[in-house]
Amino acid sequence: MTDVNEPGTASPEKIPAGRRPETEAVGVVGEAGSERPVAGSGDTPADSGGTPPDGGGLTDRHGGGRQLLRAFVHNLWAANTVTVTVLAIVLATLIGAVLIVVSDPDVLATWGYFTAQPSDALNASWTVVSEAYANLFKGAVVDPAAVQAWANGTGGWQPVFAPISETLTYTAPLVFTGLAVSLAFRGGLFNIGAQGQATIGVILAALAGFLLPLPPVVHLIVAVLAGALGGAIWGFVPGFLKARTGAHEVITTIMLNYVAISFLAWIIVQDGVHDPDRTDAISRPVDGSAQLPRLLGSDLRVHLGIVLAVAATWAVGWLLNRSTFGFELRAVGANPDAARTAGISVGRTYALVMVIAGALSGLGGANMVLGSTATALTPLVIAQIGFDGILVALLGRVKPWGVALAALLFGALQAGGNRMQSYASISLELVTVLQALIVIFIAAPALVKAIFGLRAARAARLSTSMAKGW
Amino acid sequence: MEPGEIHALLGENGAGKSTLMNVLYGLLQPDEGEVLVDGRPLNAKGPGDAIAAGIGMVHQHFMLVPVFTVAENVMLGAEQVRGGIAGFLDRRRARRQVTEVSSRYNLRVDPDAVVEDLPVGVQQRVEILKALTRDVDLLILDEPTAVLTPQETEELLGIMRSLKESGKSIVFITHKLKEVKAIADRITVIRRGRTVGTASPSASEDELAALMVGRTVNLTVEKAAAAPGEPVLEVAGLVVDDERSVRAVDGVDLTVRAGEVLGIAGVQGNGQTELIEALMGLRPVLGGTVSLAGQRIDGWPTKRVLRAGVGYVPEDRSVDGLVKEFSVAENLVLDIYDRPPFGSGLVLRPDAITASARERIPEFDVRTPSAEAAVGTLSGGNQQKVIIAREMSRPLKLFVAAQPTRGVDVGSIEFIHRRIIHERDIGTAVLLVSSELDEVIGLADRIAVMYRGRIIGMVGPDTPREEIGLLMAGITDAEQPGITDAEQIDAEQTGAADGSGAGSAATPDGPATPAPDVAGSEDNNP
Repeated sequence: MTDVNEPGTASPEKIPAGRRPETEAVGVVGEAGSERPVAGSGDTPADSGGTPPDGGGLTDRHGGGRQLLRAFVHNLWAANTVTVTVLAIVLATLIGAVLIVVSDPDVLATWGYFTAQPSDALNASWTVVSEAYANLFKGAVVDPAAVQAWANGTGGWQPVFAPISETLTYTAPLVFTGLAVSLAFRGGLFNIGAQGQATIGVILAALAGFLLPLPPVVHLIVAVLAGALGGAIWGFVPGFLKARTGAHEVITTIMLNYVAISFLAWIIVQDGVHDPDRTDAISRPVDGSAQLPRLLGSDLRVHLGIVLAVAATWAVGWLLNRSTFGFELRAVGANPDAARTAGISVGRTYALVMVIAGALSGLGGANMVLGSTATALTPLVIAQIGFDGILVALLGRVKPWGVALAALLFGALQAGGNRMQSYASISLELVTVLQALIVIFIAAPALVKAIFGLRAARAARLSTSMAKGW
Repeated sequence: MEPGEIHALLGENGAGKSTLMNVLYGLLQPDEGEVLVDGRPLNAKGPGDAIAAGIGMVHQHFMLVPVFTVAENVMLGAEQVRGGIAGFLDRRRARRQVTEVSSRYNLRVDPDAVVEDLPVGVQQRVEILKALTRDVDLLILDEPTAVLTPQETEELLGIMRSLKESGKSIVFITHKLKEVKAIADRITVIRRGRTVGTASPSASEDELAALMVGRTVNLTVEKAAAAPGEPVLEVAGLVVDDERSVRAVDGVDLTVRAGEVLGIAGVQGNGQTELIEALMGLRPVLGGTVSLAGQRIDGWPTKRVLRAGVGYVPEDRSVDGLVKEFSVAENLVLDIYDRPPFGSGLVLRPDAITASARERIPEFDVRTPSAEAAVGTLSGGNQQKVIIAREMSRPLKLFVAAQPTRGVDVGSIEFIHRRIIHERDIGTAVLLVSSELDEVIGLADRIAVMYRGRIIGMVGPDTPREEIGLLMAGITDAEQPGITDAEQIDAEQTGAADGSGAGSAATPDGPATPAPDVAGSEDNNP
């Protein structure tokens, strides 16, 4: 790795000798760079994005196609973000396969006489695992049978897009909560309260949805904004407490989660909110005028929420990297002392970050009641989107587009899991386990590195630069 | 390295001194070559191996647990246990060990003091103690004096001498020439990862400096006489507390005029930090007034003070000065990011930020791979130049610099000093706080000496060092001819700073008798 650092640290006087290969390397850097967004992380500036092009440029000093290929493979097998993520998913699927086998008593029985007749065990295991994952795929991406039916004219186009539609429906709220956690994290705050913020968001959005008699478009806008407002209020409280009293946001947000969830349970059964025709805990349904319009007709559940989610991703990306507030936020997040010394108001930034993060969570909550998954408040209306948002943020490396992709993966697992459960009789909980395993492997990159023998690209650079100190 | 030798490793920032020592201590693995200890190759996979081979290291940034006591820190990693498998910590034995080792080498430390309450110099003593209790033969001191006051430095040099006499070898990494000459038996100079020469301590400072940076360096600051103008900064009766609500600044009056450098000398921890932070609006002013060009600025938020034309180089660059994860370009606009052309309203203009960085990087001689490189990857001197560049590229009325050259290599010191004098010459008032007496004397047109939160003397730059040294020790009347009672002054200083007893100094039962040695060195250097 020492050679990687060389062009950087090379003194200006040395340049004549080193210049030439370096200019050649620039071309490679460009190419390597253009590969990366396709590979999955569009928003990887400083940390991971910097390393591989460097390395690529150097291994490729002498140019040539084969060299280029080698440089690409070299980078691919370095422990960069994309590689680790992909390998984490692979590892999680492998462990998931073991769990599928173990949890099926019939298949497990065949392993009992493995030494006598190994083919039984292997065949049975292969069948159950492949069926499970095939259904996961068919439920999340596309079902080849539906494509064939459409091509033959025996089926409509809707079944072809149904899996994608489901995936996107589950993705949208996770994008919002994932962004909420990420944004706070970049500002140096660990927002565990996305769940609570989304809960208050869903309450206000639903109330606005069935209490306010407004014309169609206005009603929807008001309901969505009400959701954002609810989340913002719930985010402001811990932000303000942190700024004023130094109360730790992890504690306050967790506590506010409980308050929000209990508040939801309470408000559902109040007069004017509770559905008079029902005896169970469910509120009145949201008016049609306040519902997010479906994008692909009434048969498919995908709705405007996913468009809003993409817009929110772009907005958060802009806010972080191209706005003065984003600069303050990142400075405070990375070094509050230096930010304060440079005249940035740390407390104000904390409060604002939490307000925006809360608003994002609130939008995620609004999605859950104004979209197609539910139209009325129930105690479980928002499921776990707040807590899943933390996982999504970690998987997305707290970068906006990374979060969007991570939410897409989680949404796909959710949608595919539903089909897997009904077609292959594999419990939906397997999906939860897969999600958890992926995040565990992401959180322990050293483990992935060790298992696959990756070069420690970034870590090595980090330690050399740390040692360079004096 | 020979036993009982002090070997100085001299080199500019980024020359590779620390990297070499980290290899020795097993923190990094060599790519090529090997290290021989007693003729056998050392293959240290981690600090544990190095300690086993008799190598101890005191890092520049201390590796201590702040909330533990001295004894607990010393035993950390080699805990004394009793009660068999139950494994109770034997704190009493650890205490005894600390007391024993500290008296053997005359390292006065209270084993029960909590580390975070101790001044930096004493914390360093704890680090040395920690290494010594592991029975090391070779002690590596990485820039040990970078964080010390002159007095603490003197004490450290005394300690090093006594260690040497008891047969320990010491590798002393530094870029302070004076200390090298004072203590080293042999000097190896490193430049850009190569040994460029070995010198004896008799070589002159200029020779060593030239060897270090590869060219001759101008160590004295050249400047014309100051032409002071109107008062810019006026401080009257300023009272400030530190974070423990202990009075740190106790009624300070100061005036800094346009076009002059006012230097504040003093042993660290006498209120200089708090004084400056109060000026910058980083610490509440409890009494008195601060005026900038006739306008009251006390109580203003930091941003407003900066906007009013105050440039500020904070004392601790890695904590207060820079966001290490940010690029050089972003750090260059850390306090003007929301001003045109870099930003207006909510919109930030990264292009303008990069463009301005491209201009300022060569102007301020910042050695960085690119404007986008994270500032944390630069060497200390270049990090400091980033701060200087940031603060000096807007129109200033007042420039406040705290320890502007701490932990900075000779080449960068020269550059920074020139920029400060340049700033003075274009009519800015400069307030300089430094614990390097040489720096204050070299740069300042007037010197205020601070002691226990007060200005106890205001002298000219031609005042003899000894006189300023006495003032720094809190002795205002020049009755005492020289330092006859070094022990007493010493005790007073440490007493004032840490409150820990100086009693153990009286019982030198080790092979060395360092007490007179320390006193002797105090005579040489005020």
